[in-house]
Amino acid sequence: MPGPPVDSDVDLHIAEQRAELRRAPWGTLGAISAGGALGALARYGLSSAFPYGPGEFPWPVFWANVSGCLLIGVLMVLITEWRPAHRLVRPFLGVGVLGGYTTFSTYTVDVQRAVEHGAPRVGLAYLALTLAAALAAVLTGVRLTRALTGRRAAEDAG
Amino acid sequence: MTILLIALGAAFGAPLRYLTDRAVQARHDSVFPWGTFTVNVAGSFVLGLLAALPAGGGVMAFAGTGFCGALSTYSTFGYETLRLVEDGARSYAVLNAAASIAAGLGAAYCGAVVAQAL
Repeated sequence: MPGPPVDSDVDLHIAEQRAELRRAPWGTLGAISAGGALGALARYGLSSAFPYGPGEFPWPVFWANVSGCLLIGVLMVLITEWRPAHRLVRPFLGVGVLGGYTTFSTYTVDVQRAVEHGAPRVGLAYLALTLAAALAAVLTGVRLTRALTGRRAAEDAG
Repeated sequence: MTILLIALGAAFGAPLRYLTDRAVQARHDSVFPWGTFTVNVAGSFVLGLLAALPAGGGVMAFAGTGFCGALSTYSTFGYETLRLVEDGARSYAVLNAAASIAAGLGAAYCGAVVAQAL
């Protein structure tokens, strides 16, 4: 049995994921599309609620990326290590919602804009803090969910 | 209207990330996540260009917040980096983080330069 995937969007080492586009092309792409739209709207909602200028720390994007990383850690443990989920759960929630909710492009462009607007320290702090917090969030999501589901699995077995 | 344009842009961007990832990953054997790297760099370039033009509100909502936002991803990038560490590929994890950020920033700057040239 192959270990958990490395790529949460699609890992071609896993036979089922390799075949999913052939088996259900429109279902898979439709779930990703719908999830992506919902995730992007959630990110937009956060940015509209807490607007920031070009030289300011982009807190809403920071929190979207960090919370999205926490949630992908939780989701991936649940569907790859705990119980097999419906075949559209990963495309919809993982690839779609969380992929649409988090963003790398806004992250890099906001760093660039901070530097351009004379706030290189803000840009650098944002760059480093997002990376550190996002990685810590994935780790927390994975570890916490493993601990909780491990306990649950042991209870089920007992 | 803005909400509709963002949703529409993301409805294209997210599946394009999935399809690009598949296409890139099918073409190499390394554990390095080139697929996600590609979409994140491409998204940074396009958004850098749009932000520097600067594009109008509608274009920015559709192509920037929606399309580029959903084409690129931090959750997959973060998950892959952690999984590389768990699999013992520590140097690939560090390389992935460093290269994604360096190339993403470089692409955003290139996008801005192209926008100024236009």
